[in-house]
Amino acid sequence: MSVSQAVVVDKPPPLARGWPRARIVGYSLVGVWMLFGLGIVAYLIYAWNPEFFARYAPAYLQGLGTTLSLVSISMVLGAIFSLPVAYGRMSRNRILSGLAYCYVYFFRGTPLLVQTYLVYYGVGSFRPELETVGLWWFFREAFYCGVFAFSLNTAAYQAEILRGAIESVPRGQWEGAASLGLHTLQTLRKVVLPQAIIVALRPYGNELILMIKASAIVAIITVYDLMGNAKLAYAKSFDIQAYIWVAIVYLVMVEILRHGVEWIERRITIHLHR
Amino acid sequence: MRIALRIALAASAALLTLGVAQAQEKTLRIGTEGAYPPFNNLTSDGQLVGFDIDIAKALCDEMKVKCTFVAQDWDGIIPALQAGKFDAIVASMSITPERQEKVDFSHKYYNTPSAIAVPKDSPLKGVTKEDLAGKNIGVATTTTHYNYASKTYTDSTIKGYPSSPEEQADLANGRLDAIEDDIVVLQQWLDSPDGACCKILGQPSPQPVEIFGPGAGIAVRKGETDLVNKLNDAIDAIRKNGKYKEINDKYFKFDVYGAES
Repeated sequence: MSVSQAVVVDKPPPLARGWPRARIVGYSLVGVWMLFGLGIVAYLIYAWNPEFFARYAPAYLQGLGTTLSLVSISMVLGAIFSLPVAYGRMSRNRILSGLAYCYVYFFRGTPLLVQTYLVYYGVGSFRPELETVGLWWFFREAFYCGVFAFSLNTAAYQAEILRGAIESVPRGQWEGAASLGLHTLQTLRKVVLPQAIIVALRPYGNELILMIKASAIVAIITVYDLMGNAKLAYAKSFDIQAYIWVAIVYLVMVEILRHGVEWIERRITIHLHR
Repeated sequence: MRIALRIALAASAALLTLGVAQAQEKTLRIGTEGAYPPFNNLTSDGQLVGFDIDIAKALCDEMKVKCTFVAQDWDGIIPALQAGKFDAIVASMSITPERQEKVDFSHKYYNTPSAIAVPKDSPLKGVTKEDLAGKNIGVATTTTHYNYASKTYTDSTIKGYPSSPEEQADLANGRLDAIEDDIVVLQQWLDSPDGACCKILGQPSPQPVEIFGPGAGIAVRKGETDLVNKLNDAIDAIRKNGKYKEINDKYFKFDVYGAES
Protein backbone atom coordinates (compact mmCIF):
# COMPACT_ATOMS: atom_id res chain seq x y z
CA MET A 1 0.00 0.00 0.00
CA SER A 2 1.46 3.34 -0.96
CA VAL A 3 1.59 6.32 1.36
CA SER A 4 -0.86 8.47 -0.65
CA GLN A 5 -3.50 5.73 -0.53
CA ALA A 6 -3.11 5.40 3.23
CA VAL A 7 -3.83 9.11 3.64
CA VAL A 8 -6.97 8.87 1.50
CA VAL A 9 -8.60 6.01 3.44
CA ASP A 10 -7.79 7.60 6.79
CA LYS A 11 -11.25 9.20 7.16
CA PRO A 12 -13.99 7.24 8.88
CA PRO A 13 -17.10 6.54 6.78
CA PRO A 14 -19.85 9.18 7.17
CA LEU A 15 -22.56 8.40 9.71
CA ALA A 16 -25.67 6.84 8.22
CA ARG A 17 -28.74 9.08 8.23
CA GLY A 18 -32.22 8.20 9.39
CA TRP A 19 -33.06 4.93 11.08
CA PRO A 20 -31.38 2.00 9.36
CA ARG A 21 -32.13 -1.43 10.81
CA ALA A 22 -28.75 -1.73 12.56
CA ARG A 23 -29.40 1.45 14.48
CA ILE A 24 -32.88 0.40 15.58
CA VAL A 25 -31.56 -2.94 16.79
CA GLY A 26 -28.68 -1.22 18.54
CA TYR A 27 -30.84 1.31 20.35
CA SER A 28 -33.38 -1.29 21.39
CA LEU A 29 -30.67 -3.60 22.75
CA VAL A 30 -29.17 -0.75 24.76
CA GLY A 31 -32.69 0.02 25.93
CA VAL A 32 -33.17 -3.54 27.12
CA TRP A 33 -29.92 -3.44 29.07
CA MET A 34 -30.83 -0.10 30.64
CA LEU A 35 -34.22 -1.45 31.68
CA PHE A 36 -32.46 -4.46 33.17
CA GLY A 37 -30.10 -2.22 35.15
CA LEU A 38 -32.95 0.02 36.29
CA GLY A 39 -34.87 -3.09 37.33
CA ILE A 40 -32.05 -4.21 39.60
CA VAL A 41 -31.71 -0.73 41.12
CA ALA A 42 -35.48 -0.55 41.64
CA TYR A 43 -35.47 -4.01 43.22
CA LEU A 44 -32.70 -3.03 45.61
CA ILE A 45 -34.54 0.11 46.66
CA TYR A 46 -37.75 -1.87 47.05
CA ALA A 47 -36.05 -4.67 48.97
CA TRP A 48 -33.95 -2.31 51.08
CA ASN A 49 -33.72 -3.93 54.45
CA PRO A 50 -31.60 -2.27 57.16
CA GLU A 51 -31.84 -5.43 59.24
CA PHE A 52 -30.27 -7.50 56.46
CA PHE A 53 -27.52 -4.93 56.19
CA ALA A 54 -26.80 -4.73 59.89
CA ARG A 55 -26.74 -8.50 60.15
CA TYR A 56 -24.60 -9.45 57.18
CA ALA A 57 -22.52 -6.38 56.18
CA PRO A 58 -19.72 -7.20 58.67
CA ALA A 59 -19.47 -10.72 57.26
CA TYR A 60 -19.30 -9.30 53.73
CA LEU A 61 -16.52 -6.92 54.75
CA GLN A 62 -14.57 -9.72 56.35
CA GLY A 63 -15.07 -11.81 53.22
CA LEU A 64 -13.90 -8.92 51.07
CA GLY A 65 -10.70 -8.78 53.13
CA THR A 66 -10.17 -12.51 52.63
CA THR A 67 -10.73 -12.21 48.88
CA LEU A 68 -8.36 -9.26 48.54
CA SER A 69 -5.56 -10.82 50.56
CA LEU A 70 -5.92 -14.18 48.83
CA VAL A 71 -5.79 -12.65 45.35
CA SER A 72 -3.03 -10.13 46.04
CA ILE A 73 -0.72 -12.65 47.71
CA SER A 74 -1.37 -15.17 44.94
CA MET A 75 -0.76 -12.59 42.19
CA VAL A 76 2.59 -11.52 43.66
CA LEU A 77 3.80 -15.09 44.31
CA GLY A 78 2.56 -16.10 40.85
CA ALA A 79 4.45 -13.20 39.27
CA ILE A 80 7.66 -14.27 40.98
CA PHE A 81 7.22 -17.90 39.98
CA SER A 82 6.26 -16.97 36.41
CA LEU A 83 9.81 -15.63 35.77
CA PRO A 84 11.55 -19.04 35.72
CA VAL A 85 8.59 -20.57 33.87
CA ALA A 86 8.69 -17.90 31.17
CA TYR A 87 12.47 -18.36 30.98
CA GLY A 88 11.93 -22.09 30.54
CA ARG A 89 9.32 -21.56 27.84
CA MET A 90 11.76 -19.40 25.83
CA SER A 91 14.79 -21.55 26.52
CA ARG A 92 16.47 -23.51 23.73
CA ASN A 93 17.26 -26.25 26.24
CA ARG A 94 14.85 -29.08 25.37
CA ILE A 95 14.44 -30.31 28.95
CA LEU A 96 13.79 -26.86 30.40
CA SER A 97 11.32 -25.84 27.72
CA GLY A 98 9.60 -29.24 27.91
CA LEU A 99 9.14 -28.93 31.67
CA ALA A 100 7.82 -25.38 31.38
CA TYR A 101 5.52 -26.39 28.54
CA CYS A 102 4.00 -29.24 30.56
CA TYR A 103 3.53 -26.96 33.57
CA VAL A 104 1.69 -24.33 31.56
CA TYR A 105 -0.23 -27.02 29.66
CA PHE A 106 -1.54 -28.58 32.88
CA PHE A 107 -2.45 -25.42 34.73
CA ARG A 108 -4.11 -23.73 31.77
CA GLY A 109 -5.85 -26.90 30.68
CA THR A 110 -7.60 -27.84 33.94
CA PRO A 111 -10.17 -25.85 35.93
CA LEU A 112 -8.95 -23.87 38.93
CA LEU A 113 -11.69 -25.60 40.92
CA VAL A 114 -10.09 -29.00 40.24
CA GLN A 115 -6.64 -27.70 41.09
CA THR A 116 -7.87 -26.24 44.39
CA TYR A 117 -9.61 -29.50 45.27
CA LEU A 118 -6.51 -31.53 44.42
CA VAL A 119 -4.27 -29.33 46.55
CA TYR A 120 -6.60 -29.28 49.56
CA TYR A 121 -8.23 -32.72 49.69
CA GLY A 122 -5.74 -34.60 47.49
CA VAL A 123 -2.53 -33.46 49.14
CA GLY A 124 -4.32 -33.53 52.50
CA SER A 125 -4.64 -37.31 52.32
CA PHE A 126 -0.82 -37.69 52.33
CA ARG A 127 -0.44 -36.38 55.85
CA PRO A 128 2.20 -38.89 57.12
CA GLU A 129 4.45 -38.24 54.12
CA LEU A 130 4.03 -34.48 54.47
CA GLU A 131 4.83 -34.67 58.16
CA THR A 132 8.10 -36.50 57.49
CA VAL A 133 9.22 -33.74 55.12
CA GLY A 134 7.91 -31.09 57.53
CA LEU A 135 5.37 -29.48 55.20
CA TRP A 136 2.13 -30.45 56.98
CA TRP A 137 1.87 -27.15 58.90
CA PHE A 138 1.57 -25.47 55.50
CA PHE A 139 -0.99 -27.79 53.91
CA ARG A 140 -2.97 -28.02 57.13
CA GLU A 141 -4.24 -24.46 56.68
CA ALA A 142 -6.97 -24.02 54.10
CA PHE A 143 -5.90 -20.45 53.34
CA TYR A 144 -2.33 -21.52 52.52
CA CYS A 145 -3.68 -24.28 50.29
CA GLY A 146 -5.80 -21.72 48.47
CA VAL A 147 -2.84 -19.36 48.01
CA PHE A 148 -0.72 -22.30 46.81
CA ALA A 149 -3.22 -23.45 44.19
CA PHE A 150 -4.04 -19.93 43.02
CA SER A 151 -0.34 -18.95 42.76
CA LEU A 152 0.53 -22.01 40.67
CA ASN A 153 -2.45 -21.35 38.42
CA THR A 154 -1.79 -17.68 37.85
CA ALA A 155 1.95 -18.30 37.40
CA ALA A 156 1.16 -20.37 34.30
CA TYR A 157 -0.94 -17.60 32.79
CA GLN A 158 1.49 -14.85 33.78
CA ALA A 159 4.41 -16.78 32.30
CA GLU A 160 2.61 -16.88 28.97
CA ILE A 161 1.80 -13.16 29.16
CA LEU A 162 5.44 -12.38 29.91
CA ARG A 163 6.73 -14.65 27.13
CA GLY A 164 4.33 -13.22 24.58
CA ALA A 165 5.24 -9.66 25.52
CA ILE A 166 8.99 -10.28 25.34
CA GLU A 167 8.67 -12.10 22.03
CA SER A 168 6.61 -9.21 20.62
CA VAL A 169 9.74 -7.06 20.68
CA PRO A 170 11.49 -7.59 17.31
CA ARG A 171 14.62 -9.75 17.31
CA GLY A 172 16.49 -6.98 15.56
CA GLN A 173 16.51 -4.95 18.77
CA TRP A 174 18.41 -7.67 20.59
CA GLU A 175 20.92 -7.78 17.74
CA GLY A 176 21.19 -4.01 17.63
CA ALA A 177 21.76 -3.81 21.36
CA ALA A 178 24.36 -6.58 21.14
CA SER A 179 26.19 -4.69 18.40
CA LEU A 180 26.35 -1.68 20.73
CA GLY A 181 28.06 -3.86 23.33
CA LEU A 182 25.15 -4.35 25.79
CA HIS A 183 25.01 -7.79 27.33
CA THR A 184 21.82 -9.84 27.54
CA LEU A 185 20.58 -8.67 30.95
CA GLN A 186 21.23 -5.02 30.11
CA THR A 187 19.37 -5.44 26.83
CA LEU A 188 16.45 -7.05 28.61
CA ARG A 189 16.26 -4.37 31.27
CA LYS A 190 16.92 -1.23 29.21
CA VAL A 191 15.63 -2.10 25.74
CA VAL A 192 13.21 -5.02 25.71
CA LEU A 193 11.29 -4.89 29.00
CA PRO A 194 10.21 -1.20 28.74
CA GLN A 195 8.53 -2.07 25.44
CA ALA A 196 7.27 -5.45 26.58
CA ILE A 197 5.55 -3.98 29.64
CA ILE A 198 3.34 -1.82 27.42
CA VAL A 199 2.20 -4.95 25.59
CA ALA A 200 1.82 -6.98 28.81
CA LEU A 201 -0.08 -4.41 30.87
CA ARG A 202 -3.57 -5.14 29.55
CA PRO A 203 -3.25 -8.92 29.76
CA TYR A 204 -1.90 -8.53 33.32
CA GLY A 205 -4.93 -6.42 34.19
CA ASN A 206 -7.21 -9.05 32.70
CA GLU A 207 -5.46 -11.80 34.64
CA LEU A 208 -5.93 -9.87 37.90
CA ILE A 209 -9.63 -9.38 37.16
CA LEU A 210 -10.05 -13.04 36.25
CA MET A 211 -8.32 -14.07 39.48
CA ILE A 212 -10.64 -11.90 41.58
CA LYS A 213 -13.66 -13.51 39.99
CA ALA A 214 -12.18 -17.02 40.04
CA SER A 215 -11.44 -16.70 43.76
CA ALA A 216 -15.17 -17.04 44.41
CA ILE A 217 -14.73 -20.84 44.39
CA VAL A 218 -12.49 -20.91 47.42
CA ALA A 219 -15.34 -21.52 49.89
CA ILE A 220 -15.33 -25.20 48.92
CA ILE A 221 -12.13 -25.57 50.95
CA THR A 222 -13.60 -23.74 53.97
CA VAL A 223 -12.01 -20.34 53.23
CA TYR A 224 -14.99 -18.05 53.57
CA ASP A 225 -14.33 -15.25 51.12
CA LEU A 226 -16.79 -12.67 49.79
CA MET A 227 -18.78 -15.24 47.80
CA GLY A 228 -18.71 -17.77 50.63
CA ASN A 229 -20.18 -15.25 53.06
CA ALA A 230 -22.83 -14.31 50.51
CA LYS A 231 -23.78 -17.98 50.26
CA LEU A 232 -24.06 -18.22 54.06
CA ALA A 233 -26.16 -15.06 54.17
CA TYR A 234 -28.44 -16.47 51.48
CA ALA A 235 -28.74 -19.79 53.25
CA LYS A 236 -29.87 -18.02 56.41
CA SER A 237 -32.13 -15.37 54.88
CA PHE A 238 -33.19 -16.99 51.55
CA ASP A 239 -33.08 -13.42 50.27
CA ILE A 240 -31.81 -13.03 46.71
CA GLN A 241 -30.33 -9.62 47.51
CA ALA A 242 -27.51 -11.52 49.24
CA TYR A 243 -26.26 -12.39 45.76
CA ILE A 244 -27.11 -9.04 44.15
CA TRP A 245 -25.00 -7.20 46.70
CA VAL A 246 -22.08 -9.52 46.22
CA ALA A 247 -22.29 -9.06 42.44
CA ILE A 248 -22.20 -5.30 42.94
CA VAL A 249 -19.12 -5.53 45.17
CA TYR A 250 -17.31 -7.63 42.55
CA LEU A 251 -18.38 -5.18 39.85
CA VAL A 252 -17.03 -2.22 41.79
CA MET A 253 -13.72 -3.99 42.41
CA VAL A 254 -13.32 -4.82 38.73
CA GLU A 255 -14.27 -1.29 37.71
CA ILE A 256 -11.65 0.24 40.02
CA LEU A 257 -9.01 -2.11 38.62
CA ARG A 258 -9.97 -1.32 35.05
CA HIS A 259 -9.53 2.38 35.65
CA GLY A 260 -6.26 1.73 37.48
CA VAL A 261 -4.90 -0.20 34.51
CA GLU A 262 -6.01 2.53 32.12
CA TRP A 263 -4.28 5.17 34.23
CA ILE A 264 -1.04 3.17 34.27
CA GLU A 265 -1.28 2.69 30.53
CA ARG A 266 -1.63 6.41 29.94
CA ARG A 267 1.46 6.99 32.08
CA ILE A 268 3.73 4.45 30.42
CA THR A 269 2.72 5.28 26.86
CA ILE A 270 3.18 9.03 27.37
CA HIS A 271 6.06 9.06 24.87
CA LEU A 272 3.81 7.61 22.17
CA HIS A 273 1.21 10.38 22.36
CA ARG A 274 1.56 13.32 20.02
CA MET B 1 -40.03 -8.91 10.49
CA ARG B 2 -39.21 -12.50 9.70
CA ILE B 3 -37.17 -12.77 12.90
CA ALA B 4 -39.97 -11.25 14.97
CA LEU B 5 -42.41 -13.71 13.44
CA ARG B 6 -40.14 -16.61 14.25
CA ILE B 7 -39.74 -15.48 17.85
CA ALA B 8 -43.50 -15.12 18.20
CA LEU B 9 -44.00 -18.62 16.75
CA ALA B 10 -41.38 -20.12 19.05
CA ALA B 11 -42.93 -18.41 22.07
CA SER B 12 -46.42 -19.63 21.28
CA ALA B 13 -45.09 -23.14 20.66
CA ALA B 14 -43.36 -23.06 24.04
CA LEU B 15 -46.58 -21.90 25.71
CA LEU B 16 -48.50 -24.71 24.04
CA THR B 17 -46.09 -27.42 25.19
CA LEU B 18 -46.14 -25.91 28.66
CA GLY B 19 -49.93 -26.18 28.72
CA VAL B 20 -49.78 -29.78 27.54
CA ALA B 21 -47.12 -30.62 30.13
CA GLN B 22 -49.25 -29.11 32.89
CA ALA B 23 -52.28 -31.07 31.75
CA GLN B 24 -50.30 -34.31 31.94
CA GLU B 25 -48.79 -33.49 35.35
CA LYS B 26 -49.29 -36.69 37.27
CA THR B 27 -45.69 -37.39 38.18
CA LEU B 28 -44.22 -35.96 41.37
CA ARG B 29 -40.66 -34.73 41.01
CA ILE B 30 -38.63 -35.24 44.16
CA GLY B 31 -35.42 -33.37 44.93
CA THR B 32 -32.71 -34.90 47.11
CA GLU B 33 -29.04 -34.29 47.78
CA GLY B 34 -27.17 -37.52 47.12
CA ALA B 35 -24.23 -36.89 49.46
CA TYR B 36 -25.64 -37.93 52.83
CA PRO B 37 -25.35 -41.70 53.22
CA PRO B 38 -27.10 -43.75 54.45
CA PHE B 39 -30.11 -41.41 53.95
CA ASN B 40 -29.44 -40.41 50.36
CA ASN B 41 -26.45 -41.19 48.23
CA LEU B 42 -25.40 -41.35 44.59
CA THR B 43 -23.82 -44.67 43.68
CA SER B 44 -20.84 -44.74 41.34
CA ASP B 45 -23.14 -45.56 38.41
CA GLY B 46 -25.37 -42.55 39.13
CA GLN B 47 -28.24 -44.26 40.97
CA LEU B 48 -29.85 -42.55 43.95
CA VAL B 49 -30.13 -44.92 46.91
CA GLY B 50 -30.79 -44.66 50.64
CA PHE B 51 -33.39 -44.42 53.34
CA ASP B 52 -34.85 -41.14 52.01
CA ILE B 53 -35.17 -42.59 48.53
CA ASP B 54 -36.86 -45.80 49.71
CA ILE B 55 -39.25 -43.83 51.93
CA ALA B 56 -40.09 -41.48 49.05
CA LYS B 57 -40.79 -44.44 46.77
CA ALA B 58 -43.02 -46.04 49.40
CA LEU B 59 -44.92 -42.76 49.85
CA CYS B 60 -45.39 -42.43 46.09
CA ASP B 61 -46.76 -45.99 45.92
CA GLU B 62 -49.09 -45.14 48.77
CA MET B 63 -50.28 -41.95 47.05
CA LYS B 64 -50.48 -43.79 43.71
CA VAL B 65 -48.37 -41.25 41.81
CA LYS B 66 -45.34 -41.76 39.62
CA CYS B 67 -42.18 -40.25 41.07
CA THR B 68 -38.94 -39.09 39.49
CA PHE B 69 -35.83 -38.06 41.41
CA VAL B 70 -33.54 -35.08 40.95
CA ALA B 71 -30.15 -34.77 42.66
CA GLN B 72 -29.44 -31.20 43.77
CA ASP B 73 -26.65 -29.57 45.82
CA TRP B 74 -27.72 -28.96 49.40
CA ASP B 75 -26.97 -25.21 49.33
CA GLY B 76 -29.44 -24.60 46.53
CA ILE B 77 -32.10 -27.15 47.35
CA ILE B 78 -34.76 -24.78 48.74
CA PRO B 79 -34.33 -22.17 45.96
CA ALA B 80 -34.59 -25.01 43.42
CA LEU B 81 -37.85 -26.14 45.00
CA GLN B 82 -39.19 -22.59 44.87
CA ALA B 83 -38.09 -22.26 41.25
CA GLY B 84 -40.14 -25.34 40.42
CA LYS B 85 -37.26 -27.67 39.49
CA PHE B 86 -39.06 -30.28 41.59
CA ASP B 87 -42.17 -30.49 43.77
CA ALA B 88 -40.95 -31.94 47.06
CA ILE B 89 -37.69 -32.31 48.97
CA VAL B 90 -37.04 -35.68 50.57
CA ALA B 91 -33.49 -35.14 51.74
CA SER B 92 -33.41 -35.51 55.53
CA MET B 93 -34.32 -31.86 55.87
CA SER B 94 -34.93 -30.89 59.48
CA ILE B 95 -38.12 -28.96 60.10
CA THR B 96 -36.95 -25.58 61.45
CA PRO B 97 -38.72 -22.24 61.98
CA GLU B 98 -36.33 -20.50 59.54
CA ARG B 99 -37.14 -22.95 56.78
CA GLN B 100 -40.86 -22.92 57.60
CA GLU B 101 -40.90 -19.25 56.57
CA LYS B 102 -39.96 -20.33 53.06
CA VAL B 103 -41.50 -23.77 52.58
CA ASP B 104 -44.23 -25.98 54.05
CA PHE B 105 -43.35 -29.24 55.74
CA SER B 106 -45.03 -32.60 56.16
CA HIS B 107 -44.88 -34.29 59.57
CA LYS B 108 -41.49 -35.73 60.45
CA TYR B 109 -40.58 -39.07 58.90
CA TYR B 110 -37.61 -39.66 61.17
CA ASN B 111 -35.69 -37.98 63.95
CA THR B 112 -32.15 -38.84 64.94
CA PRO B 113 -29.87 -36.86 67.25
CA SER B 114 -26.76 -34.85 66.45
CA ALA B 115 -23.38 -36.21 67.58
CA ILE B 116 -19.70 -35.27 67.68
CA ALA B 117 -16.97 -37.47 66.22
CA VAL B 118 -13.24 -37.18 66.93
CA PRO B 119 -10.06 -39.12 66.00
CA LYS B 120 -9.57 -42.29 68.08
CA ASP B 121 -6.42 -40.90 69.74
CA SER B 122 -8.08 -37.55 70.54
CA PRO B 123 -7.42 -36.13 74.02
CA LEU B 124 -10.90 -34.60 74.09
CA LYS B 125 -13.06 -35.80 76.97
CA GLY B 126 -16.47 -34.28 76.38
CA VAL B 127 -18.64 -32.29 74.01
CA THR B 128 -19.40 -29.17 76.03
CA LYS B 129 -18.40 -25.68 74.97
CA GLU B 130 -15.48 -25.74 77.44
CA ASP B 131 -14.25 -29.16 76.25
CA LEU B 132 -14.03 -27.99 72.66
CA ALA B 133 -12.70 -24.47 73.32
CA GLY B 134 -9.92 -23.50 70.91
CA LYS B 135 -10.50 -26.55 68.70
CA ASN B 136 -11.34 -26.74 65.01
CA ILE B 137 -14.84 -28.12 64.45
CA GLY B 138 -16.03 -29.05 60.98
CA VAL B 139 -19.71 -28.89 60.03
CA ALA B 140 -21.61 -28.90 56.75
CA THR B 141 -22.92 -25.36 56.22
CA THR B 142 -26.61 -24.52 56.03
CA THR B 143 -27.51 -27.48 58.25
CA THR B 144 -29.06 -27.53 61.71
CA HIS B 145 -25.74 -28.92 62.96
CA TYR B 146 -24.00 -25.81 61.64
CA ASN B 147 -26.53 -23.52 63.32
CA TYR B 148 -26.09 -25.39 66.59
CA ALA B 149 -22.30 -25.42 66.43
CA SER B 150 -21.97 -21.73 65.58
CA LYS B 151 -24.33 -20.81 68.45
CA THR B 152 -22.92 -23.22 71.02
CA TYR B 153 -19.17 -23.60 70.41
CA THR B 154 -18.41 -19.88 70.32
CA ASP B 155 -14.87 -20.40 71.68
CA SER B 156 -14.00 -22.84 68.90
CA THR B 157 -13.22 -22.29 65.23
CA ILE B 158 -16.18 -23.46 63.16
CA LYS B 159 -15.22 -24.52 59.64
CA GLY B 160 -17.98 -24.75 57.06
CA TYR B 161 -17.97 -27.51 54.45
CA PRO B 162 -20.15 -27.99 51.37
CA SER B 163 -21.25 -31.48 52.48
CA SER B 164 -20.52 -34.29 54.94
CA PRO B 165 -17.87 -36.26 52.96
CA GLU B 166 -15.53 -33.25 52.90
CA GLU B 167 -15.71 -32.65 56.64
CA GLN B 168 -15.12 -36.38 57.23
CA ALA B 169 -12.03 -36.30 54.98
CA ASP B 170 -10.61 -33.39 56.96
CA LEU B 171 -11.24 -35.10 60.28
CA ALA B 172 -9.45 -38.20 58.99
CA ASN B 173 -6.39 -36.26 57.82
CA GLY B 174 -6.17 -34.23 61.02
CA ARG B 175 -7.08 -30.75 59.88
CA LEU B 176 -10.04 -30.88 62.26
CA ASP B 177 -10.27 -31.83 65.92
CA ALA B 178 -13.95 -32.74 65.79
CA ILE B 179 -16.97 -32.83 63.48
CA GLU B 180 -20.65 -32.52 64.26
CA ASP B 181 -23.26 -34.35 62.19
CA ASP B 182 -26.26 -36.65 62.39
CA ILE B 183 -25.37 -39.69 64.51
CA VAL B 184 -26.55 -42.14 61.86
CA VAL B 185 -24.50 -40.46 59.14
CA LEU B 186 -21.45 -40.48 61.39
CA GLN B 187 -21.95 -44.11 62.36
CA GLN B 188 -22.25 -45.20 58.73
CA TRP B 189 -18.96 -43.46 57.95
CA LEU B 190 -17.21 -44.85 61.04
CA ASP B 191 -18.24 -48.37 60.02
CA SER B 192 -16.65 -47.91 56.59
CA PRO B 193 -12.87 -48.29 56.00
CA ASP B 194 -12.51 -44.51 55.57
CA GLY B 195 -13.87 -43.92 59.06
CA ALA B 196 -11.48 -46.32 60.80
CA CYS B 197 -9.54 -43.30 62.13
CA CYS B 198 -12.30 -41.97 64.30
CA LYS B 199 -15.00 -42.55 66.89
CA ILE B 200 -18.12 -40.94 68.27
CA LEU B 201 -17.29 -38.91 71.35
CA GLY B 202 -20.82 -38.09 72.43
CA GLN B 203 -24.04 -36.24 71.79
CA PRO B 204 -24.33 -32.55 72.59
CA SER B 205 -26.98 -32.00 75.21
CA PRO B 206 -29.53 -30.54 75.38
CA GLN B 207 -30.49 -30.53 71.70
CA PRO B 208 -33.01 -27.69 71.61
CA VAL B 209 -36.05 -28.12 69.38
CA GLU B 210 -35.78 -24.42 68.32
CA ILE B 211 -32.54 -25.30 66.51
CA PHE B 212 -32.90 -28.93 65.50
CA GLY B 213 -36.65 -28.99 65.02
CA PRO B 214 -38.93 -31.98 65.58
CA GLY B 215 -37.15 -34.09 62.95
CA ALA B 216 -36.77 -34.48 59.21
CA GLY B 217 -39.82 -33.69 57.09
CA ILE B 218 -40.74 -33.41 53.45
CA ALA B 219 -40.63 -29.84 52.14
CA VAL B 220 -43.03 -28.53 49.50
CA ARG B 221 -43.69 -25.05 48.13
CA LYS B 222 -45.69 -22.71 50.38
CA GLY B 223 -49.42 -23.12 50.17
CA GLU B 224 -49.53 -26.62 48.70
CA THR B 225 -51.65 -27.89 51.57
CA ASP B 226 -53.16 -30.62 49.43
CA LEU B 227 -49.81 -32.25 48.84
CA VAL B 228 -48.84 -31.87 52.51
CA ASN B 229 -52.05 -33.62 53.61
CA LYS B 230 -51.50 -36.44 51.14
CA LEU B 231 -47.91 -36.86 52.31
CA ASN B 232 -48.96 -36.89 55.98
CA ASP B 233 -51.58 -39.55 55.27
CA ALA B 234 -49.05 -41.59 53.34
CA ILE B 235 -46.50 -41.35 56.17
CA ASP B 236 -49.12 -42.54 58.67
CA ALA B 237 -50.12 -45.34 56.31
CA ILE B 238 -46.64 -46.76 55.81
CA ARG B 239 -46.00 -46.47 59.55
CA LYS B 240 -49.10 -48.62 60.12
CA ASN B 241 -48.82 -51.19 57.33
CA GLY B 242 -45.25 -52.19 58.18
CA LYS B 243 -43.64 -50.73 55.07
CA TYR B 244 -41.76 -48.15 57.19
CA LYS B 245 -40.40 -50.84 59.50
CA GLU B 246 -39.26 -52.88 56.52
CA ILE B 247 -37.28 -49.94 55.11
CA ASN B 248 -36.04 -48.94 58.57
CA ASP B 249 -34.69 -52.44 59.26
CA LYS B 250 -32.93 -52.51 55.90
CA TYR B 251 -30.72 -49.61 57.04
CA PHE B 252 -30.77 -49.39 60.82
CA LYS B 253 -30.70 -51.60 63.90
CA PHE B 254 -33.08 -49.29 65.78
CA ASP B 255 -36.22 -47.29 64.97
CA VAL B 256 -35.11 -43.93 63.56
CA TYR B 257 -38.65 -42.52 63.74
CA GLY B 258 -38.10 -41.42 67.35
CA ALA B 259 -40.93 -40.61 69.71
CA GLU B 260 -44.50 -40.80 68.32
CA SER B 261 -45.73 -37.31 67.64
